[in-house]
Amino acid sequence: MSLSIPPVAVVDFGLGNLFSVQLALTRAGLSSIITDNPEDLRTAPAVIVPGVGAFGDAMNALRARKLDAALHDYRQSGRPIVGICLGQQLFMEESEEFGAHKGLGFIPGTVRRLPAGLLAEDGRKIKVPTVGWNTIARPAARPTGWAGTLLEGVREESDMYFVHSYRVILDNDAEALATTTYAGTVYCSALQQDNITAFQFHPEKSGQEGQKIYQNLAAQLAKDSRVPILELHSQGAVPPSN
Amino acid sequence: MTLKTRIISRLDIKGPNLVKGVHLEGLRVLGKPEKFARYYYQAGADELFYQDTVASLYNRNHLGELVRRTAQEIGIPMCVGGGLRTLADIRAVLRAGADKIAVNTGAVRNPDFIRQSAEAFGSSTIVVAIEVIRQPDGTPFCFVDNGRESTGLNAIEWAQQVESLGAGEILLTSVDREGTGNGFDIPLVKQIADLVNIPVIAHGGAGTAVHVADVIKKGHADAVALASLLHYGVYAELASDSDDFNAEGNTQFMKRNATNKRIKPVHLADLKASLTSAGLPMRLPHAQT
Repeated sequence: MSLSIPPVAVVDFGLGNLFSVQLALTRAGLSSIITDNPEDLRTAPAVIVPGVGAFGDAMNALRARKLDAALHDYRQSGRPIVGICLGQQLFMEESEEFGAHKGLGFIPGTVRRLPAGLLAEDGRKIKVPTVGWNTIARPAARPTGWAGTLLEGVREESDMYFVHSYRVILDNDAEALATTTYAGTVYCSALQQDNITAFQFHPEKSGQEGQKIYQNLAAQLAKDSRVPILELHSQGAVPPSN
Repeated sequence: MTLKTRIISRLDIKGPNLVKGVHLEGLRVLGKPEKFARYYYQAGADELFYQDTVASLYNRNHLGELVRRTAQEIGIPMCVGGGLRTLADIRAVLRAGADKIAVNTGAVRNPDFIRQSAEAFGSSTIVVAIEVIRQPDGTPFCFVDNGRESTGLNAIEWAQQVESLGAGEILLTSVDREGTGNGFDIPLVKQIADLVNIPVIAHGGAGTAVHVADVIKKGHADAVALASLLHYGVYAELASDSDDFNAEGNTQFMKRNATNKRIKPVHLADLKASLTSAGLPMRLPHAQT
């Protein structure tokens, strides 16, 4: 089935390990291309924005490659955009990481540092970054659960693999797909708005439960593969890059 | 519902074989690393750590192919250490599918290497391994080249320095305890874990499941790396006649199907269950879903 689906675009802006994302897509039967060329987004049935590193550097890298405009256009196409880790944070309006930075602005809200310090009970230090496996919970504000989303079929209260120092704060809590608690701070660990889905954790590093997210993406694309791919940037927002 | 303490399966590699020593020396062959990696993944390991045990001695890192094969089938974080000296070395290991890399000798020889690699690949990718031998007066000194060479650096001061240089995590090995089964150096782990703001992985000394609980509870370890405690419980069942152990390594132990009297091995799933009962939050992968 994957043969009929063009390659998923994994956006490369020069930071982070994109190979594990590509391996997870391969395991789910999807071909993919790691690219920093906005042109490659035009034919992609889905776009993944992964990322490790600093928010400001990442936004600068996206702008330098005109990937910010390409992602804005892609969003209008209605095809799935998936953010992972820093990718989720880049979808927000702004971040306080090393000064204030404007994000892509897809999702109303901000990015703030996780609180650090001493845990009162046992004198243990709250480590930031938080590194390791933590639980994702379905927010009460989401009565329909995860059906129809990329988390469909993922066991509630699954542990996923996280590495981060910052977390997103949504203006609209209804956009939270999952929440996670670290040292008493409850934060949004997955969000969804229309064709945008994003995860603070790394599904590709989260064992079999995480892999279901990629399988769900593959299933969605298989269903939609008959829909012709839209011509993007009809308003000429992105000039051809070469 | 909280962050789980990670149990990391540490696989020391020499050539094509999984090896294990005492005080990082006297390496004996225990089997094929691919089999152990697959087994630990399925048994619920939270992370894998590959260490090329002889890379620093010979200025080589041979793990590329092993890392590549492991990454294809294993969907949990994988860290790789041994002989990484340049940004190009790190890039090659990451391209093979590692998520993080560990440096010790390379960082001690050139501390700015930590800063450069954290800038190039992100702090969360860079683990600094600190290998400690206590001096007669108890001072914890850092060693390189698998405990063979003293650096004169105090481990407590070095831990703070590597944090400020941008390390994402510290892998703290007590060479004194490593492979002995005598328990972790809990005061050392606690001193560093309480000092730095980045996660500290305790390694070296686990001989029983209780030792692991102790280093988490009393030592405030954010994660624990285990080798002997896990390997000796499974190496015999993972071995098969078709395995080809070439010249590299001492295979006498395996051939005798011996047991290590220092270690009370425990299966990973049982270890996690017992730690959970002891009130320590663990990730318990629901077996086959």
